[in-house]
Amino acid sequence: MSKTFSIGGIHPHDNKISINAAIENFPVMERAYISMSQHLGAPAEPVVAKGDKVKTGQLIAKANGFISANVHSSVSGTVNSIEMLPDLSGNLVQHIVINVEGDEWEESIDRSSEINRKIVHSPKEIIDKIAECGIVGLGGAAFPTHIKLSPPPGKKADYLLVNGAECEPYLTSDYRIMLENTEEILIGVKLMMLALGVKKSYIGIEENKPKAIKRMKEIASKGYPEIKIVSLKKRYPQGGEKQLIDAIVGRQVPSMGLPIDVGVVVQNVGTALAVYEAVQKNKPLFEGVVTVTGKCMPEQRNFRMRVGTTFESMIFAVGGFPKDAEKLVSGGPMMGKAVSRIEAASVKSTSALLLLTLEETKRGEEANCIRCAKCVDACPMGLEPYLLNRLSRANRVEDLEANMVHDCIECGSCLYVCPSDIPLLDTIRLSKAKVLKIIRSRPKK
Amino acid sequence: MKKLIVSPAPHLHGKESTKSLMRDVIIALAPSLLVSVYYFGFSAVKLALVGVATAVAVEYVIQKYIVKSKITVNDYSAALTGLLLSLNLPPNSPWWIMFIGSVVAIGIAKMTFGGVGQNLFNPALVGRVFLLVSFPVIMTDYSIPTSWFREGIDAGSGATALSIVKEGLARGLTMDQIFDANNFSYSQMLFSKIGGSVGEVSALALILGFIYLLIRRVIRPHIPVAIIGTVLVFSGVFWLINPESYADPLFNVLTGGILIGSIFMATDYVTSPMSKKGMVLYGIGIGVITMLIRYWGAYPEGISFAILIMNATVPLINMYMKPAKFGKEVKHG
Repeated sequence: MSKTFSIGGIHPHDNKISINAAIENFPVMERAYISMSQHLGAPAEPVVAKGDKVKTGQLIAKANGFISANVHSSVSGTVNSIEMLPDLSGNLVQHIVINVEGDEWEESIDRSSEINRKIVHSPKEIIDKIAECGIVGLGGAAFPTHIKLSPPPGKKADYLLVNGAECEPYLTSDYRIMLENTEEILIGVKLMMLALGVKKSYIGIEENKPKAIKRMKEIASKGYPEIKIVSLKKRYPQGGEKQLIDAIVGRQVPSMGLPIDVGVVVQNVGTALAVYEAVQKNKPLFEGVVTVTGKCMPEQRNFRMRVGTTFESMIFAVGGFPKDAEKLVSGGPMMGKAVSRIEAASVKSTSALLLLTLEETKRGEEANCIRCAKCVDACPMGLEPYLLNRLSRANRVEDLEANMVHDCIECGSCLYVCPSDIPLLDTIRLSKAKVLKIIRSRPKK
Repeated sequence: MKKLIVSPAPHLHGKESTKSLMRDVIIALAPSLLVSVYYFGFSAVKLALVGVATAVAVEYVIQKYIVKSKITVNDYSAALTGLLLSLNLPPNSPWWIMFIGSVVAIGIAKMTFGGVGQNLFNPALVGRVFLLVSFPVIMTDYSIPTSWFREGIDAGSGATALSIVKEGLARGLTMDQIFDANNFSYSQMLFSKIGGSVGEVSALALILGFIYLLIRRVIRPHIPVAIIGTVLVFSGVFWLINPESYADPLFNVLTGGILIGSIFMATDYVTSPMSKKGMVLYGIGIGVITMLIRYWGAYPEGISFAILIMNATVPLINMYMKPAKFGKEVKHG
């Protein structure tokens, strides 16, 4: 029996058209644009200067502050400039631009394809290694992994949950690594379990990926008995952190709480692979698997790609810009970001580049709310999006807080189902930010 | 360089629209409409045509010439109101009754509140109740018109089963005597009503529509199930205590407007609650008020009034009956 979360959810068509494309190495570009804000928290501080020679995997920027992460060069060559460049949304972010010369890796990185099963590090060393290698959560939020693996004093994790749900339509990068790097992921999970000191771990995978479930189970049964593979119902947002915890261990993270409040830490399968590579192979996080897909694309591909690759080069690697593509999405279609400029580059947590036609992505004209309650049924947090939208438009901040607008996980289910095409999430997102700011500004007891 | 569309997530949208949902409800009414055409012939066709045409025309005229707003008649909601109202009239109603009903339903109950989605009361029911209190003779004459398909119908009494029972009981008859005297049978109720409004003629056709709406996920089962369950329990208790003076539960569900009311009227999105808890409470309220009117009210049937009364409580229900929030009760598994 597949498990699932208890409230709401929707069933968008999964459109996993790139599912059978094996991972290929994406050619190294001529120039890499490496962002200093690839993670949640403070931007990293560059430690190289213009004109410096760097190797692939070399530290080029240091974590700056408690919540931050190291950044490594994804290419070898010369630092061309350190400047403010617009990211995919158009926000100016500090980038290190590197002119590529060859592909010379740091000698310390173990580039062999042999699986290193022997764990020699202590929990503390594992966490330090993860921090050193600049690992961040690859499920989307890009929260620095070493912080998540170091619960605050007084809080203890009982379980490590690993998200292999990949509930977003179109995305197949996690699926491909689960098939192609199965054991590496399991070793990565084991390393994180050691770091956290937990005895049990669950990897949740949606049931529309039976091959991944089968393969994971097969390998886990030969040597990883402490890791259980859980089949999850195909239902969006199954991979939402709170939903995943509810589905697998039946605990609900309280409002404004964190998974650790219910004794759980959640990581993504991609992160597990990065942890394996960091700890066992000494390889910093400077590349990852990116799905390049779209019904308007001539081919569907999964690439292992260096951080700092421009979206433009991804599109041209798959036959150029399709005539009818009108929208580029970095990530999945439900929560991904629309790309405003194709010259922007990928970051550590980039999971996909999705090209959509106007027909596919068109939002209808807003009509009157007919109070069909479909948004209420769809909301996985048990909120009332129709009401939050009305309150947002009237700017009734107190009522918004009373109706828990700050619990919204921005999964987009309400807007997806709305027959009147009311921009529910657009208005809710704005008021959520406002209410969160007010809540956080209150003196703590 | 080509301009890209940049807008916030989600980047995909479901295919449902107000139009597709209304169209599904109209499709769900098709079996009932077909059966009514079979039994009542041209009368049923005439009422449906006048009802739909008037409703659409009134909405169009008001939007185009009076409030000068966007024209929304192509979302089928006006057409649905007209069709529903036609199915709620006695089969022999003159066309002008239908016309007046549609004008009231759309013009007063819907457009004065601001059009689709804004009205507090179900427009078709407001139209029906307006007609019932304004033209009581016509609205309670259930005599059966001649049909193209059937000649000389079995029961031409012109009264509904509920009114026959109510009068019979008032005259001191027992339920058994009433049933025998009128040849009531359940198969008759399932396939063809003894007497009743156009759309009530076949319980089976209505249930078919209900199943279609559930499969298409247009409505949730909560409201109809709560209403029918309440009617079954309420009438069941009285029937068990005194079967001589109270009709059995099945009779209560299969006669009158319980089915059409609970499936097609009470589930109207705009005028029903938003949360499932609220829907159940609303359904129970409708069931209880309907039975109170049936047993002790002046009218033999009360579901129209019951739904309208409960419509008025919906804002309150929405305020207090909230959906279960995630993380409210911290479970430790």
